[in-house]
Amino acid sequence: MFAGLSPDQWQAVALSVRVAVVAMLGCLPFALLTAYALARWDFWGKSILNGLVLLPLILPPVVTGYVLLLLFSKSGVVGSFLYDWFGITFAFRWTGAALAAGIMAFPLMVRAMRLAIEAVDPKLEQAASTLGASRFWVFVTVTLPLTLPGILAGAILGFAKAIGEFGATITFVSNIPGETRTLPIAIYTLLQVPGTESQVLRLVVAAVILALGAVLLSEWISRRVARRIGAGS
Amino acid sequence: MDQQARGAADRGGVMISVDIRSRIGDFPLDVQFRGEGGVTALFGRSGAGKSSVVNAIAGLLRPETGRIVIDDDVLFDAERGIDVAVHKRRIGCVFQDARLFPHLTVRQNLTYGARFSKGRDGAVDFDRIVDLLGISAILDRGPHNLSGGEKSRVALGRAFLSRPRLLLMDEPFAALDDQRKAELLPYLEKLRDEFGIPIVYVSHAMAEVARLADTLVLMADGRVTRFGPVADVLSDAATAPLLGLREAGAILQGQVLDHAEDGLTQVATAGGTIWLPRMRSGRGAKVRLRILAQDVLVATEAPNGLSALNVLRGQITDIRIGNGPGALIQIALGDDRILARITRRSAQTLGLAVGKTVYAILKTVSVAPENIADS
Repeated sequence: MFAGLSPDQWQAVALSVRVAVVAMLGCLPFALLTAYALARWDFWGKSILNGLVLLPLILPPVVTGYVLLLLFSKSGVVGSFLYDWFGITFAFRWTGAALAAGIMAFPLMVRAMRLAIEAVDPKLEQAASTLGASRFWVFVTVTLPLTLPGILAGAILGFAKAIGEFGATITFVSNIPGETRTLPIAIYTLLQVPGTESQVLRLVVAAVILALGAVLLSEWISRRVARRIGAGS
Repeated sequence: MDQQARGAADRGGVMISVDIRSRIGDFPLDVQFRGEGGVTALFGRSGAGKSSVVNAIAGLLRPETGRIVIDDDVLFDAERGIDVAVHKRRIGCVFQDARLFPHLTVRQNLTYGARFSKGRDGAVDFDRIVDLLGISAILDRGPHNLSGGEKSRVALGRAFLSRPRLLLMDEPFAALDDQRKAELLPYLEKLRDEFGIPIVYVSHAMAEVARLADTLVLMADGRVTRFGPVADVLSDAATAPLLGLREAGAILQGQVLDHAEDGLTQVATAGGTIWLPRMRSGRGAKVRLRILAQDVLVATEAPNGLSALNVLRGQITDIRIGNGPGALIQIALGDDRILARITRRSAQTLGLAVGKTVYAILKTVSVAPENIADS
């Protein structure tokens, strides 16, 4: 079935995978830190942070995309700083697509990881610290391994969301073939032209295979992890 | 110094001093006590604040004011702003729910603390602990398919192997039935004697406390009502009502003389020889007997024609008349003191008074196995 894709379509599929992988990996440490903070720390402004994290889930994606454009274009507050100091640009680049996809995936990843961290019995962490483990080691040797299934679930959810991201991406980085035209945007573009039904169908099949593959992979990994952690957890 | 306190000093004599005040929700905690080596038992009903004290010593709960000192190390001092982090306190904990790590095998659970205690003195040998606890067959299993007793033993081993300078045990066997508990106590006694690590032991079972403790701390409603060497506290007629009169009973030291063929064991005590149901301890072993006050009769003359085999001669050192119909009589037998709970009427009829010589009569079968321990 993939063999039936044209080079342009292949490009869109490959770009989507790259964008989604980068978005998911880039988000992972931040999402984990945020999830841990929301689950375990008490600090001023916790509910504000919680709201901010959820914002991309609630706002219309177009609004998120526009805010990104304002902030990260070369003349934007953050964008100009990043360009001047590090030479990094996001606007109308595939990195921008990854940024948009990551922002949209962030709330889903945080939510899954937060639930997993909250499910870890703090008494186990206390037991670890009485055995001499510092906060860092408690996290690495107890909290993290017990949260692993949740982290994986969050990562796969984030990947799926990033693959499917459309509104914020097209608003922020537009529709440039080979640079920002991801799988959903490619399908949308084809739909604008009459007589492209068969090409659309092929891309749709590619999307289904990608999604299914991600889900099966995550199931397989979480089964293995669950077996290692044991039925007791 | 009595025998218990001497036993405690032999076991290292680590001094623990707790003086804390705090408020946990609506519950005021105001606790002062000192323990010297061996086993310091915190005894009281559930809700008396025992667990809060243990958590404060471990560093899991921060009191509002006060001090916690072990030997010369200040772990907590509100005034001086000292609050040593949990993982630097070197205080092992055995919790009621064993709290084994579910993602690690038994072996990995046992060795968890070792990586953080490298370079500490007082090596505790892994194989020795595994051997003492009888867990060598389950080392490669996961905690989720262990029995309750096995989990408790692994938790005990894990705490010992982290090389703590003090071990806190918060009703470690409370989740187990009496039979399992009776099986586990000897393991704990072996570990205590072999490694000499001082223990703070929380319990609401008097038999356990009388068996294990060197120092007894009685708690009620967030306060310490009495603390001191266990024999002194338990033989104090004024303290007995705090324990509940049925639980009142003093500790008598003895030495096994002989095992008779009819299933009895002869034990020498400060008040004379007595016969008890067959014990496991060998000849010459020192034992600690808990004699319940309600199992002791008092006579002013040496009795004749009585089925009881155990008649101990002593002197009355204290008489407490309660609000009810009962009276508690403290009788000195050499250095030891036992309690007898009789009626007020009997006390008056017999003309009991402090200083009078009396005979304490004890039914052989009334000393249950859980009230006998090696000392």
